[in-house]
Amino acid sequence: MSVENEALFSKKNIKLLTDPLDDNNPITIQVLGICSALAITVQLKPAIVMSIAVVFVLVFSNLIISLLRNLIPNRIRIIVQLLVVAALVIIVDQVLKAYAFDVSKQLSVFVGLIITNCIIMGRLEAFALANGPWASILDGFGNSAGYALILVIVAFFRELLGSGKLFGYEILGHKAKTIAESTGLYHLGYENNGFMLLSPMALIVVGVIIWLQRSRNRKLIEN
Amino acid sequence: MNTNSNAYTFIFAIILVTVVAGLLAFTATSLKPLQEENIRNEKMQSILSTIGINIDRNEAGTVYNDYIKKEFALKSDGTIDKNPIEKAFNINLKNEIKKEPTKQRYPLYIAELNGKTTYVVPLQGSGLWDAIWGYLAIDADKNTIVGAVFDHAAETPGLGAEIRESWFEEQYIGKQFLKKTGDFSADNYVSVRTVKGGSKADDLHGVDAISGGTITSDKLSIMVEERLKHYLPYFENN
Repeated sequence: MSVENEALFSKKNIKLLTDPLDDNNPITIQVLGICSALAITVQLKPAIVMSIAVVFVLVFSNLIISLLRNLIPNRIRIIVQLLVVAALVIIVDQVLKAYAFDVSKQLSVFVGLIITNCIIMGRLEAFALANGPWASILDGFGNSAGYALILVIVAFFRELLGSGKLFGYEILGHKAKTIAESTGLYHLGYENNGFMLLSPMALIVVGVIIWLQRSRNRKLIEN
Repeated sequence: MNTNSNAYTFIFAIILVTVVAGLLAFTATSLKPLQEENIRNEKMQSILSTIGINIDRNEAGTVYNDYIKKEFALKSDGTIDKNPIEKAFNINLKNEIKKEPTKQRYPLYIAELNGKTTYVVPLQGSGLWDAIWGYLAIDADKNTIVGAVFDHAAETPGLGAEIRESWFEEQYIGKQFLKKTGDFSADNYVSVRTVKGGSKADDLHGVDAISGGTITSDKLSIMVEERLKHYLPYFENN
């Protein structure tokens, strides 16, 4: 191993960071973490808080497991990973309850369910157990950012088309009881698409992203 | 070092679990005061919003006493509990509803707004999946509902969870739970029910139930009827 001689942001390390954003995205290519992508993308704000939570959990669990990788008994390694992830998730949950109460109510059980998010256990098992701390941090950040990217894109379209808002601000105008009293697009007779608020539409938006990504990059298409 | 021996595995597990347990205990204890304050402020915010005061959660604590003039707990016979074990505000209804009705304490909040008295009754019950709760504000005539707030722990989003939406809550405004104002006998008590298929426009005792959320709607009716009933003796004598 020539870790000491390698630059912090060598080509290989940069690839760890950028690969999961596009060509190896955990949601659109590996199709992991779909459950939470459906559940908390109705609005942008919870989606972003969820993303930050996942970045925190994945970066730190990757780092901790990577530091412990030569000490962890092989037979209980999955339980050790689970313990580390669960501890980090509980910390996130407690902090949200104290400092972001409304968001924590909105996210409700989904913060706890980060424990079962396949992206996290997947990265620990596939990467952190076999690589050094710095590479693991980059890998964790890259993968969670790839997850976050899709979450934010989906939430953007769902909040905009489903309720005409972004971050809770009415950007398409105000919808009153009658068309005459409404402003903006609603004054012209525009209606929100309530279907966007339901989970199936999140799946369809993810599907559209997958389609766009693969039509742009043909090497991602499986035969 | 053989990391696969039984002794090593046990020692590793014990050390790791102890470290994690200590860390979590520390986090939970140090954040607890903030979390409890959030919950208290949210409760104040809910109570204030039933009487039409909509403010930010963080400000709820400071203006709460400007509006809520009295709060006390009632016994099941409608008299005020003179020797309360804890403050009415701190009574946890979730524990209270598990007791016999005669052993329970029933908190009541009395608000003064523009010289008008409003009674705020807290509600607690079970929904389809988990607890539901809320607050009803009752006019000085002790019959007409002037505000309602409901919330839930885990009702189905888009269906039962609609009980916390304003379209549902606002239906309760103007409804009456007695057939005849001023008569608090059991025969005269009809509560306010959710009606599947929609209530009639002139129905003073019914609101529209939620499509696809029938069980939650029914459970909410049961909660309102069961909770409100215990306040009738107090309303009759005061």
